Amino acid sequence: MIAELGHYALVLALALALIQASVPMVGARLDDGILMGVAGPTALAQFAFVGVAFAALTACYVMSDFSVVNVFENSHSLKPLLYKVTGVWGNHEGSMLLWVLILAGFGALVAIFSGNLPEKLRANVLGVQAWIAAAFYLFILITSNPFLRLPDAPFEGRDLNPVLQDIGLAVHPPMLYLGYVGFSIAFAFAVAALIEGRIDAAWARWVRPWTLLAWIFLTLGIAMGSYWAYYELGWGGWWFWDPVENASLMPWLAGTALLHSALVMEKREALKVWTILLAILAFSLSLLGTFLVRSGVLTSVHTFASDPTRGVFILAILVFFIGGALALFAWRAPLLKKGGLFAPISREGALIVNNLFLVSTCATVFVGTLYPLALEALTGAKISVGAPFFNATFGPLFLVLLVAVPFGPLLAWKRGDLVGAAQRLTGAFVIALTGIAVTFAAEGGGPLLPPLGIGLGAFVIAGALTDLAERTAVFKAAPRVALARAVGLPRSAWGSVLAHLGLGVLLLGVIGETQWSAEKIAAMKPGETVTIRRYAVRFDGATTRQEANYRELVTQFTVRHNGEVIDTLQASKRTFPARASSTTEAALMSRGASQLYLSLGDVNPDGSVTVRIYHKPLVLLIWLAAVVMAAGGALSLSDRRLRVGAPKPAKRRASLQPAE
Amino acid sequence: MVWLRTWIVLLALTAPALAVQPDEVLTDARLETRARALSQELRCMVCQNQSIDDSDAPLARDLRILVRERLVAGNTDREVLDFLVERYGDFVLLKPPFNMRTALLWLLPPALVGLGLAILLVGAYRHRRPVAGAGALTAEERARLEKIINN
Repeated sequence: MIAELGHYALVLALALALIQASVPMVGARLDDGILMGVAGPTALAQFAFVGVAFAALTACYVMSDFSVVNVFENSHSLKPLLYKVTGVWGNHEGSMLLWVLILAGFGALVAIFSGNLPEKLRANVLGVQAWIAAAFYLFILITSNPFLRLPDAPFEGRDLNPVLQDIGLAVHPPMLYLGYVGFSIAFAFAVAALIEGRIDAAWARWVRPWTLLAWIFLTLGIAMGSYWAYYELGWGGWWFWDPVENASLMPWLAGTALLHSALVMEKREALKVWTILLAILAFSLSLLGTFLVRSGVLTSVHTFASDPTRGVFILAILVFFIGGALALFAWRAPLLKKGGLFAPISREGALIVNNLFLVSTCATVFVGTLYPLALEALTGAKISVGAPFFNATFGPLFLVLLVAVPFGPLLAWKRGDLVGAAQRLTGAFVIALTGIAVTFAAEGGGPLLPPLGIGLGAFVIAGALTDLAERTAVFKAAPRVALARAVGLPRSAWGSVLAHLGLGVLLLGVIGETQWSAEKIAAMKPGETVTIRRYAVRFDGATTRQEANYRELVTQFTVRHNGEVIDTLQASKRTFPARASSTTEAALMSRGASQLYLSLGDVNPDGSVTVRIYHKPLVLLIWLAAVVMAAGGALSLSDRRLRVGAPKPAKRRASLQPAE
Repeated sequence: MVWLRTWIVLLALTAPALAVQPDEVLTDARLETRARALSQELRCMVCQNQSIDDSDAPLARDLRILVRERLVAGNTDREVLDFLVERYGDFVLLKPPFNMRTALLWLLPPALVGLGLAILLVGAYRHRRPVAGAGALTAEERARLEKIINN
């Protein structure tokens, strides 16, 4: 009964989406306020009905109703409650339901927070949102219905893929989807602007918070996925240039470019056409990501749950929305008026360079991901494009971008002074050179990449702090004045400082992990010790443990540093009888930003256990950097200017003031 | 040691082995470093986007051992890669070689940056010219101005 309710609610959501996709847009065309007014309430109702559908599926999982095919295939009555709930989206059908839930959620948010939007724009934005929603409801109902029943209910389920029985599944996909789907709003705004043929600075100001929100979630989602792969897959890698990872990186790069170009548009009314194009691209790449992951066109380590037969349907959705939006763009974009002029060396110019490199890196990832597929389809020739290719192409482009990052915020709008900016970065140059020299000396020569990388990381961090120092005049004014200026600084300024600083931190972590990691592989018997760097790791012994839905081999290790016991580690291996498969649970020990990483391999016939131990210097900085960047985004999002929305007549703004 | 026996049986059936096994590791540290670096460039052909360095598959293990045998026999890195390409084709390389088939793949990123920079530079040049000849408007600009005023 519950499953049927969920199914029915989803059908009703589709019906509402169809109404929302047509009535308000016709209203906008006819300039009919009543028809346009339909958009808001239907968006809210649509969200409510998808919510009911999602709750129904969750209820089936929690109650272990194995008469529902989806629950039978992906759950087990003995599974902990948390994984019963997260298992809802640990499979194709459920994850698509989560996707539309988030889409409808964003639609509802737009409906709630768009009071200050012009009526037509609002109607068109929600209309376009509904087109996307309707397409995906149809996709779920026709090809991926999670509510199908089995004629004879089995007594037990097949259990969830053990790799997915982890807290990572509770966080990573929802975060990632919030990011992917969040870009749909920027897309809807872009298409709505093209339909109206009118776009201005206010448009950019409305789009920016939504883009920022999506960007924050996507940043955290990607970082979370990276950390999950790091500790769960057992070989200590944190980025594999896997097509599925690339699928999330591409919208991130395009979204980052969009955030920056929308800034130019908001402040200077320039780059309008380009910003619209980026808004379309960011969501198109999100759709492409969904297609790559969900269609099974690239079966990769990530694709645990997909079905190639569905590919054609998503491909049709993809072609319709991307092709439609780009066609509309080609037709209407020439109508948009050109904005403010600026000199090449200026904040605007710097942001264009930023966009050039972000889009080029994005294109590199795009080509590298899809080229092997296209080549095989066209010529039958098979080639592999893996991590070494991306390191050789994406790497240099991104490093050049990083060199430019500190200069951008120091250039003035309209006409900047590059020499002046360089002079103000003197301190940052000194810090960078010190970083290079110290690293080089500590390495005692050797390859140049680590010292240069550390120097560049230090330069980006120091550059971000220089921007802050300039704005607060901390070295010029009295401390009290500087403090007052720091407090008075717009939060978006703090946000950009943090986000740029995060990039430098990221580079330090990447250099530390890739250049200085040490690894030991050994077959250890209880009582034996392996030394890695200055740590001595002793294998104390092993025990077994029976948990509800798996058996676990738990091994104990003692870590000594200069003869002193500093920690004990527990690495384990779990075997899940329901799926006859197993997972490794690596043991992690953090010392500062560095980690000791220990994972188990085979148990050998002679009683020894194969152990892999890594020392990974600065590795934690990689994920810390993502958190810093996301925090920067959140600060920027909380900026008053974004909450107040578009510039309004002074009278109206004054009346808003006391509520602050 | 009863737990151990049950575990050996259980794990033998199901567990993925770690990628590089202790018995594969060469005693010569320099050769081993080269072997690891080479392994990261080579695809495990039965896996999805995994290097033989990361993979648990038996084929990856065979290839790792093969790479080490060639290195011990005195081959250069280039010779090892050539040997494997001859056997398995370009598919085995995670970084495809530059040739007619992959030209677009390799050239597109630098071409995009170059094209972008060229457009920006041309734009900058066009922007600067009127500033240099301050005051007088060109015919083209006068026409544009007229158009703007008439609009």
